[in-house]
Amino acid sequence: MTWEMVIGLEVHCELASATKLFCGCRNAFGDEPNTNICPICLGLPGSLPVLNAQAVELAMRIGTALHCEIRPSSFARKNYFYPDQAKDYQISQYDEPLNAGGWLELPDGFRVGVTRAHMEEDTGKLTHVGEGGRINSAHHALVDYNRSGVPLVEIVSEPDMRSSAQARDYAAELRGILMATGASDGRMEEGSMRVDANVSLRPAGTTAFGTRCEIKNLNSLRSLGRAIEYEAARQMALLESGERVDQETRHWDEAAGRTEPMRSKEEANDYRYFPEPDLVPLVPDAAWQERVRAAMGPMPADRRAALSALFGDTALGAQADQIRAVVDLGLDTMVEQAVGAGVPAALALARAANELAAEGDRGRALPIGSFVTLVEMEAKGELSATQAKAVLRAAVADVERDPRQLAREMGFEALGADTLATAVADVIAAHPDEWARYMSGEDKLAGYFINEVMTATANKANGKEVAAELRRLRD
Amino acid sequence: MSEGTEPGHHARRTPGKLSPEEVVHVAALARLALTDAEVELFTAQLRTVLDHAADVAALDLSHLAPTAHPLPVANALRPDEPRPSLDREEVLAAAPSVEDNRFRVPRIGAPAP
Repeated sequence: MTWEMVIGLEVHCELASATKLFCGCRNAFGDEPNTNICPICLGLPGSLPVLNAQAVELAMRIGTALHCEIRPSSFARKNYFYPDQAKDYQISQYDEPLNAGGWLELPDGFRVGVTRAHMEEDTGKLTHVGEGGRINSAHHALVDYNRSGVPLVEIVSEPDMRSSAQARDYAAELRGILMATGASDGRMEEGSMRVDANVSLRPAGTTAFGTRCEIKNLNSLRSLGRAIEYEAARQMALLESGERVDQETRHWDEAAGRTEPMRSKEEANDYRYFPEPDLVPLVPDAAWQERVRAAMGPMPADRRAALSALFGDTALGAQADQIRAVVDLGLDTMVEQAVGAGVPAALALARAANELAAEGDRGRALPIGSFVTLVEMEAKGELSATQAKAVLRAAVADVERDPRQLAREMGFEALGADTLATAVADVIAAHPDEWARYMSGEDKLAGYFINEVMTATANKANGKEVAAELRRLRD
Repeated sequence: MSEGTEPGHHARRTPGKLSPEEVVHVAALARLALTDAEVELFTAQLRTVLDHAADVAALDLSHLAPTAHPLPVANALRPDEPRPSLDREEVLAAAPSVEDNRFRVPRIGAPAP
């Protein structure tokens, strides 16, 4: 039997606000344990939550970017006993989420429905001590409440995806959108964006959903793809042998490459939601929604379109991938400015998508002016491709330095046309036999002469110019 | 925590039929250990409360908007400005058990004390 995968994703996004959702404690990753805590996020008796206006604004930006309806909403208490919340409940939005009924368009044009994007508070961080840190066998646990109360938006997709590749595309595009709205730094490795996947199988061609499993602990796009593939294969083996899939929550073990059932935190998933009496409704009016919309910059899809436009209709294949990478990394402004300065679009795009992207965060920190100067020098032939890449690395390593000066210090002073012609003539004079063969039509000897000239000039010559000079002499 | 019941999955229970088993279940969710006599006592008391709720639910209120909050107020917000947090030593001194500047708790899934 042929099986069809059905995938829905739940993404938790930590909002990039200065303070927590309901109190003035700092929202910061990596601080000393239990230094950003107060009576409100510790749930001490008598404390009262007050909603953070900026967190609401960021949540509305997410809803707007995902084409959701922004609606009158309210908060509820989700009750459970687990020490990651000191007050024994989590404040979340339940039956009245702020954002509902939107969609996200993948780069290939496929639309994934977005059920809702609601606000809630994050939990504290638990560390399990003893027996390798496993939750079930640990001796005891330690709690850091710095993260408790950090604002989250949980984005729930419709079960619209049909392959692990599509799920990865969705998560990558959503990450780009979250970063473009300024709502999140998108750092999956720091838990700023956390993905849970609901996976089920059904016979191809049928419409009823199979029994699903929810997979947690997906800390990278790679883990997401691997976990979905593993889980689909596991479910298929069960179904093909006539067994059934149990609906359960499973944990992805990255090292072992498999999913495992998690022990239930609460015996019954009965959270006894009720309206949070300490918070009044959140009802963004039309004017507020319009202010949020007007303040938003272009989304990744718009930015890809703008970059593609620099290539006319010819941005296909590898170039389309480069455009996607450059936009994902936020390097598109550099490319646009370089093209504005007269640099060929393909060259600017290639340097950004390959060499600059390889530098990660450091690449993003390169001043735009340095990037433009560098690719201009390469475009004008003042630097060869090899030299330009070397200077780019040096400029990234020390962003204060001027690329022209770096190029001089590295000995990449461009050879004047006269010097180049002299160097070529000298090499020809030293190798008369090879030159005769080249003149008689052995084109592959061009490479030989270029190498000789490069050696003679200590790599200061531009290979393309040497080739041009050889052709000029021959013709 | 995000797994579990999503909105709309809450079944309406039939008023007036609260069973002792349901009282035991709800007590377990709240980590309360009840004696048989207490289960009997609270089952009767909670039935009275639910009967009252059933009386309200029986009214035709379709012309009224649901009340999310008794106050006619919305959008109570504060600016996103950091305020001082508590002193860690002072907070941890009030905890029953501390290790490595963190609250020490029993292993997750251990039986309730």
